[in-house]
Amino acid sequence: MSPDKMVRMANQIATFFKTQPGPDQSDKVAAHLRDFWDPRMREQLLSYVSDGGEGLDDLVLSAAQKI
Amino acid sequence: MKDMIIPWDEDTDFGTPAKEGKPVTLTIDGFDVTVPEGTSVMRAASEAGMQIPKLCATDSIEAFGSCRLCVVEIEGRRGTPASCTTPVADGMVVHTQSSKVKKIRKGVMELYISDHPLDCLTCSANGDCELQDMAGMVGLRDVRYEAPEGAGLANHFQTRTGAGEANPEWRPVDASNPYFSFDPSKCIVCSRCVRACEEVQGTFALTIEGRGFDSRVSAGTSLDDFLSSDCVSCGACVQACPTATLQEKSVIELGTPERSVVTTCAYCGVGCSFKAELNGDELVRMVPYKHGKANRGHSCVKGRFAYGYASHTDRILNPMIRDSVDQPWKEVSWDEALGFAASKLKGIQKEHGRRSIGVITSSRCTNEETFLVQKLARGVFLNNNTDTCARVCHSPTGYGLGQTFGTSAGTQDFDSVEKTDVVLVIGANPTDGHPVFASRLKKRLRQGAKLIVVDPRRIDLVKSAHIKAAHHLPLRPGTNVAVVTSLAHVIVTEGLMDEAYIRERCDWDEFQDYAAFVSDPRHSPEATEMLTGVPAEELRKAARLFATGGNGAIYYGLGVTEHSQGSTTVMGLANLAMMTGNVGRNGVGVNPLRGQNNVQGSCDMGSFPHELPGYRHVKLPEVREIFEQAWGVEIDPEPGLRINNMLDAAVDGSFKGIYIQGEDILQSDPDTKHVAAGLAAMECVIVHDLFLNETANYAHVFLPGSTFLEKDGTFTNAERRINMVRKVMAPRNGYADWEVTQLLANAMGAGWDYTHPREIMAEIAATTPSFAGVTYDLIEEKGSIQWPCNEAHPEGTPLMHVDAFVRGKGRFIVTEYVATDEKTGPRFPLLLTTGRILSQYNVGAQTRRTENVVWHDQDVLEIHPHDAENRGLKDGDWIRLASRSGETTLRAKVTDRVSPGVVYTTFHHPDTQANVITTDFSDWATNCPEYKVTAVQVSASNGPSEWQEDYSAQAERSRRILPAAE
Repeated sequence: MSPDKMVRMANQIATFFKTQPGPDQSDKVAAHLRDFWDPRMREQLLSYVSDGGEGLDDLVLSAAQKI
Repeated sequence: MKDMIIPWDEDTDFGTPAKEGKPVTLTIDGFDVTVPEGTSVMRAASEAGMQIPKLCATDSIEAFGSCRLCVVEIEGRRGTPASCTTPVADGMVVHTQSSKVKKIRKGVMELYISDHPLDCLTCSANGDCELQDMAGMVGLRDVRYEAPEGAGLANHFQTRTGAGEANPEWRPVDASNPYFSFDPSKCIVCSRCVRACEEVQGTFALTIEGRGFDSRVSAGTSLDDFLSSDCVSCGACVQACPTATLQEKSVIELGTPERSVVTTCAYCGVGCSFKAELNGDELVRMVPYKHGKANRGHSCVKGRFAYGYASHTDRILNPMIRDSVDQPWKEVSWDEALGFAASKLKGIQKEHGRRSIGVITSSRCTNEETFLVQKLARGVFLNNNTDTCARVCHSPTGYGLGQTFGTSAGTQDFDSVEKTDVVLVIGANPTDGHPVFASRLKKRLRQGAKLIVVDPRRIDLVKSAHIKAAHHLPLRPGTNVAVVTSLAHVIVTEGLMDEAYIRERCDWDEFQDYAAFVSDPRHSPEATEMLTGVPAEELRKAARLFATGGNGAIYYGLGVTEHSQGSTTVMGLANLAMMTGNVGRNGVGVNPLRGQNNVQGSCDMGSFPHELPGYRHVKLPEVREIFEQAWGVEIDPEPGLRINNMLDAAVDGSFKGIYIQGEDILQSDPDTKHVAAGLAAMECVIVHDLFLNETANYAHVFLPGSTFLEKDGTFTNAERRINMVRKVMAPRNGYADWEVTQLLANAMGAGWDYTHPREIMAEIAATTPSFAGVTYDLIEEKGSIQWPCNEAHPEGTPLMHVDAFVRGKGRFIVTEYVATDEKTGPRFPLLLTTGRILSQYNVGAQTRRTENVVWHDQDVLEIHPHDAENRGLKDGDWIRLASRSGETTLRAKVTDRVSPGVVYTTFHHPDTQANVITTDFSDWATNCPEYKVTAVQVSASNGPSEWQEDYSAQAERSRRILPAAE
């Protein structure tokens, strides 16, 4: 998957959970990624994050630590 | 109670519709009969087993009282009242066979026959004609009225008068409709066709023109024929006609059928029951089954007539293989094809890993077939790479309703619409997409229910014959969440919510958060008007009507789900239903109108890559254990790839092989070029289908499929109703689809040994709690079953969430509007939205291979006159439609059904490939593609684009088949 597309998809998820009440949004983003993203997609995300994670929402960056 | 019960066969026509009311007892020909108040004397007699002669009455429409054949005598009443229009009364004493009424009937019949040809033996309705039956029943032996020799005559059926002149009353047969003909010379003007068109279908295309002896049935105006009139070819008139006047052309050609099999339509998610009527294994006609609980004896043009694809010459009946897609196909034996496929798949897994291959299950195939395909992925490939076309239509429904209510399905049955007071239709066009449901909805609207339509287009429901929406909110594509949240804003801030219901049934704390969120003035209709284009006052009125108008029901379609915020909109609709107390009883609910016949079933059967059958996540060890025990394998605990992820992974090189059953992703999925690139990158694409579809252009193995007429199994419709699909003829390709999947699994070493789909259903029931009580015997006994069907609901569940939500407390979820990234700008200033039309279905693979093409032989682009004029375009011009993904050409249809700034087209024809235009944006939660919003530009064009020419050349090359070796 192109990095742009992956960043967009991850940010879309973060954008939704950011609007939800409660203090555990990054857990919810992490849970959504774990539940719906195949391992190779999560690996791609994690390696992108370790390369700097340019363009990713802060919530995705913090969620990435939990998947 | 009745003294005497003669068992009637299931086709008995009781003459007038059933009524509900307190019991009334009367005496008919000496027998006591008890029926509900409001029942006609005719129906009461029929229920007691005594048929009163009739011509203008039939039990699908209200009594009319025109033929006078059904007259009876009632003690204490004067004259001879028509039994069809006379309601029963307590103590009434009726005589149906007095000498007086017998004489009247004979006289009436004699007059009818005097204006009817006596060509019974060569008539297409011979043996299936009520006029013939009634002439026999009343004992008509002679017709005294004859045309005078050598003079003019007054009848409608002879072409020449006795004087040899042309008969001015005679009219030729109207054969303009491809499926049925209208022969006015056989018409008895009983008005059954006209009334069926009005009451059953709700189109009002037919009328009686003229008066007295000049009365004639007319389609549209006197200048119209059936094809040019408003007729939608549903066939209700043909079914209602008691003579050969309106007759299926297939019956005229093939003769009257001698046997019938009840089965389920394979088109849309309504799931109509039909009687397939045959001679031997030759299908003569499809007649909607009166006892079908989804359709109640009605049908549309697709289900009733568009089955010709099953015997179309394009069908591929032999397996074929090739090493690469630039080669022609080679016909081979099943063994060779399956061996070739299995060795390729195993080779890929060996080289690229367990997760390098996958499957796509079909929402057009049966539950049993779908179950086996996902079992192939999970139990034989040992991964979760399974997905289905619901990904691209209703996956947000699964997610959204699962989160809010706790179950991934609609809440009601279709009968529920009969108790609705206010209907909110959003992002659905039922008169085209779900026509039989639309007819039932329109019937309720004519009885006075109110309608709110939220749609960018002025769909037919907004205003058509005897139907007018109370409010049409023509929103800008992509702003569903803003509109739905504004509706909630009005309801909450004006205090119109049902607080008692919310306190009892929902999580009150979450509602507090939600109420605070929606009450913010930025969600007010006045604040969102600029964004959505919906006038604030109209939106306020709509919200008030929905909240206060009685039973409120929401029906929605892909205009809700196929957006970047599809899942959010589904949650917003669930919020609306909960805050107004509209879940858990008849007449209310949240009802997704499912696209394909078995979308519900394919989701139920575990087609999604994160869920095992019954919507249970693969991460749950206790669920995996059930299947590990049953199948003797280890289930992968990680979610697999969704269709669009598979294609991405294919381009990246980590996904190499796929088995696609009954799905044409190249035509149906968005961003055609990306789909083609993904398919082209794979080493083994196996297409299992009826035809060499567009996807097969990139396939290495083609396994011929069977039609719904050629196999046993079950479909589950949008009401969660499990309907039986029955084999009416042998598969022309040799195997039912479940057998083909089994052969492929066994070629890979699986060792499956199913001998009938009932065994597969037994496995589903044993592993899936919501299906625990489902057996073929129970479906046979009940006719159909709505899941959940288990110990708690042994006969199934017509209504969900009756006393409590499946998840416990209903959950209100905050629905913040987020604009899609797909934005208009100087290069692409218009918004394209896509949909379907009545006569075609999905990618058109089936309907394009039927006479339905007379109604729609190409996709056209609807464009507002203002936008057309700015671009110098006229109706019918070739235009170029371009987005950042690609471009295509098609013809323009200038119409104000779309708003300025919005254009619309369908995706039924591969020559147009509307999906070259759509983008790879998708729903945040489920990756359901955003088909409904694409920024485009429209300009004049001379003809097909370069891409279209390249595509059709490639398709033609790819479809070459080498002659079979001798």
